[in-house]
Amino acid sequence: MPVIDGTELTCQLGGRVVFAHLQLQIPRGGFVGVFGPNGAGKTSLLRALLGLIPLQGGTLQILEGDAREARTQIGYVSQSEPKEAEGRLSVAAFVGAAWRGERWGFNWHLTALHQAVRRALERVNAAHLASRPLQSLSGGQRQRVRIAQALVNPARILLLDEPLNNLDPQSQQQVLQLAKTLTRQENMTVLMTAHDINPLLPFMDHVLYLANGKGRMGTVNDLLTTPMLSELYGTPVTVSEHDGMLSIRVGNGFIPEISHHCHDHGAQP
Amino acid sequence: MIMGLEYAFMRHALAAGTAIAVVSAAVGYFVTLRRQAFAAHALSHVGFAGAAGAILLSLDPYVGLFVITFLAALGLAWSGHRLSERDVGVGMILMFSLGLGVLFLNLYTANAQAAMSILFGSIVGVTTGQAWLSVGVAIGALVLLAAMVRPLLYMSLNEEAAAGRGVPVKWLNTLFLGLLAITVAIAVPIIGALLIFALLVGPPAAAQLLSKNVLAGILTAVALGVGETWAGIGCAYYIGYPASTWIASLSFLVYLGTTAIGSWRERGSKDSTAAMAAGPAGKGF
Repeated sequence: MPVIDGTELTCQLGGRVVFAHLQLQIPRGGFVGVFGPNGAGKTSLLRALLGLIPLQGGTLQILEGDAREARTQIGYVSQSEPKEAEGRLSVAAFVGAAWRGERWGFNWHLTALHQAVRRALERVNAAHLASRPLQSLSGGQRQRVRIAQALVNPARILLLDEPLNNLDPQSQQQVLQLAKTLTRQENMTVLMTAHDINPLLPFMDHVLYLANGKGRMGTVNDLLTTPMLSELYGTPVTVSEHDGMLSIRVGNGFIPEISHHCHDHGAQP
Repeated sequence: MIMGLEYAFMRHALAAGTAIAVVSAAVGYFVTLRRQAFAAHALSHVGFAGAAGAILLSLDPYVGLFVITFLAALGLAWSGHRLSERDVGVGMILMFSLGLGVLFLNLYTANAQAAMSILFGSIVGVTTGQAWLSVGVAIGALVLLAAMVRPLLYMSLNEEAAAGRGVPVKWLNTLFLGLLAITVAIAVPIIGALLIFALLVGPPAAAQLLSKNVLAGILTAVALGVGETWAGIGCAYYIGYPASTWIASLSFLVYLGTTAIGSWRERGSKDSTAAMAAGPAGKGF
């Protein structure tokens, strides 16, 4: 049974069809890379899975049950930076804020809270950062801490929206390795959206490619081929490989978001 | 007796001042965390217009303050303005309500002193009723804040993830702005609409630079707010000049001091980060 089972999923935002009749079968423990041009609905898909935006059509089952009930089992790391305080709030406080954070009333279970925070930070190899102020973290450290916050509540699915943005290649590798480890060691299912397909090639099990309101899922070899992507885009697309790097061209143009680019923002000495 | 406690007006000033200092610091912690300081500023100006309007209609200014501030908070919550930014729409509301307030005072020239006290506060003019009202509302506001503190914190640090886990973010934001409105409403007559930041933003902003966790931050903010209020009232009693001025000045000085401590610490942690990166510990992840 797939862990996320969607049939005929349709999503409209502001009258615009983001995707329609999308079939989505995501196996348990899989690492799925989600790609597509800007506006293809990568972020909308994650947000719809989480219930942040409504689906106008289709049926969605998550963890073999009703999607709404399963949503507490989903960890989510959004693309936008959280608007955290300018102050010196520590990593542990930031992660701990999410622990059973939906409950009302004061939290008296401090021991359980501390344990949950420590475990979440250990899983992302950031235990040593616990008392550091958020502000002092590098881009890669910060992204791992945000993943820890998503993991502090029991989660079986992890949705990561562009977690590699603005990270240097080394930090990208750490985040990817972390996601891979979670799928292998904890049988967690990871969906990760990304601009650039290449850093994910050695790590992901499946590719979900969104374009023109449609989507296709498959393995890297099956899906990222000239005929498959041409059909998806409805226009000639060329997939070529140079030294193990894929580049995808639509028509005669070059899709910048698929090109390999590495930003050094956020990297600290 | 110390600080003129033998006088009823000083007891009232200290009781009301303490109550609003505590609740402003606790609520203000989340105002600064959520970057809604500008909305708080606008609410205090709307409150001024409400109070001035109430004076014009020969009503208790408190009635105007509470009703209008609360309605403005609901309006802000449901208008969909991005309150975390210096939104132009919020600025327009601020400007318009200040203009209205001036008009109301112009129409009712007999009581210019009342207007001055709403704008700049009048800590020593607190009546018994105002003192009790401030203490009662402050306790109620703190209970409400304690009840909503966890989802509020979660939402403030990561709104989307909180919404995904079932926090009703829109309702909670409305509830928080309502809480902010009543805090502003009891604080305005005492500290003044124009000086509301002295208690609502100054102590929490300083506390956030000093503390690493949320509870310590809130308690530090409360301690700073109460300390600044007592010191301000004390200075006004022993030295003279308005208590609002003293409190605003102390709030400013404390913030200035903590910023200096913060940047000094920043340099310290940067150095240790560099040292870690240089050593083998910095390599692993």
